[in-house]
Amino acid sequence: MTSTASELVTLAAAGKRYGALTALHPTSLTLVAGETVALVGHNGAGKTTLMKLMLGVIRPSGGQVRIAGTDPAGRRGAQVRRRLGFLPESVAFNGAMTGAELLGFYARLKRAPAADNPGLLQRVGLAEAAGRKVATYSKGMRQRLALAQALIGAPELLLLDEPTSGLDPESRAEVYETIDRLRDRGASILISTHALAEVEPHVDRVALMHRGRLLAAGTVAELRDRLPLPLRVRLRVRHCTTGRAIDQLAGYAETLWRGADRLELAVDPADRAALIHDLDRLREIVEEVEILAPGLDALYCRLTGDPAPLEQATAGETP
Amino acid sequence: MNALLTIAGQEVRAGIRNRWALATTLILAALALSLVLLGSTPGGTTGASPAAVVVVSLASLSIFLVPLLALLLSFDAVVGEAERGTLLLLLAYPLARWQIVLGKFLGHTAILALATVVGYGSAAVLLVATAGQGATGPSAADWQAFAGLIGTSILLGAAFAALGGLASVMVRERATAAGLAVALWLVFVLVYDAALLGLLVVDEGRLVSGALFDALLLLNPTDVYRLINLTGSGAAALLSGMSAPGEAGALPLPLLYGALAAWILLPLGLAAVFFARREP
Repeated sequence: MTSTASELVTLAAAGKRYGALTALHPTSLTLVAGETVALVGHNGAGKTTLMKLMLGVIRPSGGQVRIAGTDPAGRRGAQVRRRLGFLPESVAFNGAMTGAELLGFYARLKRAPAADNPGLLQRVGLAEAAGRKVATYSKGMRQRLALAQALIGAPELLLLDEPTSGLDPESRAEVYETIDRLRDRGASILISTHALAEVEPHVDRVALMHRGRLLAAGTVAELRDRLPLPLRVRLRVRHCTTGRAIDQLAGYAETLWRGADRLELAVDPADRAALIHDLDRLREIVEEVEILAPGLDALYCRLTGDPAPLEQATAGETP
Repeated sequence: MNALLTIAGQEVRAGIRNRWALATTLILAALALSLVLLGSTPGGTTGASPAAVVVVSLASLSIFLVPLLALLLSFDAVVGEAERGTLLLLLAYPLARWQIVLGKFLGHTAILALATVVGYGSAAVLLVATAGQGATGPSAADWQAFAGLIGTSILLGAAFAALGGLASVMVRERATAAGLAVALWLVFVLVYDAALLGLLVVDEGRLVSGALFDALLLLNPTDVYRLINLTGSGAAALLSGMSAPGEAGALPLPLLYGALAAWILLPLGLAAVFFARREP
């Protein structure tokens, strides 16, 4: 495979085996400069292995990995890594050092000017804690320090392995804010996560992984088109009129559940127009409508065959 | 700053922060100072200067202590980082694996050097301070022997720091590396010489020639250190009673220093090779 100028990361049938265990089946994936991609999958899906291959800390068992045309595990690997920023999944630092000392150490390793360090600490909200030993930091603070070190030297490509795991909602929002700012600056970002719904608004493309395989990659819209999942329709109707509603929608809606005044249906997205038309005709009995589009989590579950998809509300109306 | 020096500097900083550097210095200083105070007693009648007595006693004790301190400093260099979860991040930085191995080694050796210079140096200061009361003050030869002791102690420490580093990259668990470090210490400091002695007794001079015995001594860094310090200079050799173990002890000094250097470079090289193959 030849890489074009805009292809920053190219994996060509790159796989990784550890003895009998296959951590990553041959995988082909490209990341274009300036693009943000979410790598989504459960633990053991191969996300971290993929990142390790990109960092050049492990060598592929087959296929090849190129970062801007260079093998990261080859002779010029150090040059490649100078352009990368990495946030590891399990963040650990020497607790006896202060935040400022550790950032200084990593900045020297990257030959980045020390003058930038206070700004980085400020950016992740650690300016005040910079002089404190890392052993006194909370998990969120350590995670933010890890993010700060990943940003040293304004890297072209950021590999963020579970950047929000174990963080409270406020810290998560801060991490995504930082990610959005980096996107605006033109950095390419690869985020590994299992919180698909959470990361969706912050990425251009999604790569779904499961048990060492890349199942699908594309924009969220592309993935939805490729895997049409039924809409869930929840209705609240006047007492004892659920039968009438079912009769009206029988042509295309599958009844999932019914009660005295509540009803849940599955409707193919193609029948959305007919559904809205019929709901209008039923407006004297329908008191509340909720249409749920399948979320990315549902797509992921469909692909991996796991049950219990999460849903995402996209529309709600009360006539 | 060079990546090598950055790693070494961080190692020294960590050593100072977790008080390893201080503990090592205090142990060596306590040992040296107590030997100076004790050593001034038996020196009078033999005609040997207190300094020569101290050099010989200190060299004998350093053989036990310096390798132990060096191994304690170095055994978790890499495996400790792997176990704490900091290794992957370090490897994601733009540096070569050998720079990590060598940088950590340099850091550990710097801590040992600092401890040896300050610890044994304080003994030298005490020797000078007490010289006025005794009949004989330290001579130029004594100072040379003392400087040699400090220098070779640092080299001995470096050799064991390199061996500890090698143990650290070869295993997956910190506990295994600790066990390996203890084994290295036991073998080189205690078992090897006892085994060699046993061999000489059993052999009764039939197979083990002087040359072979010399070669066998070179296979243990602590023996090389002993040969340099206890047979090297005249006064020390006389005092240590090691001037002529048979035909041995006739090894030229450059060869001994070369052997000590090999004991540093070989484990370091092997550690770099093993670490380059390691997959985090």
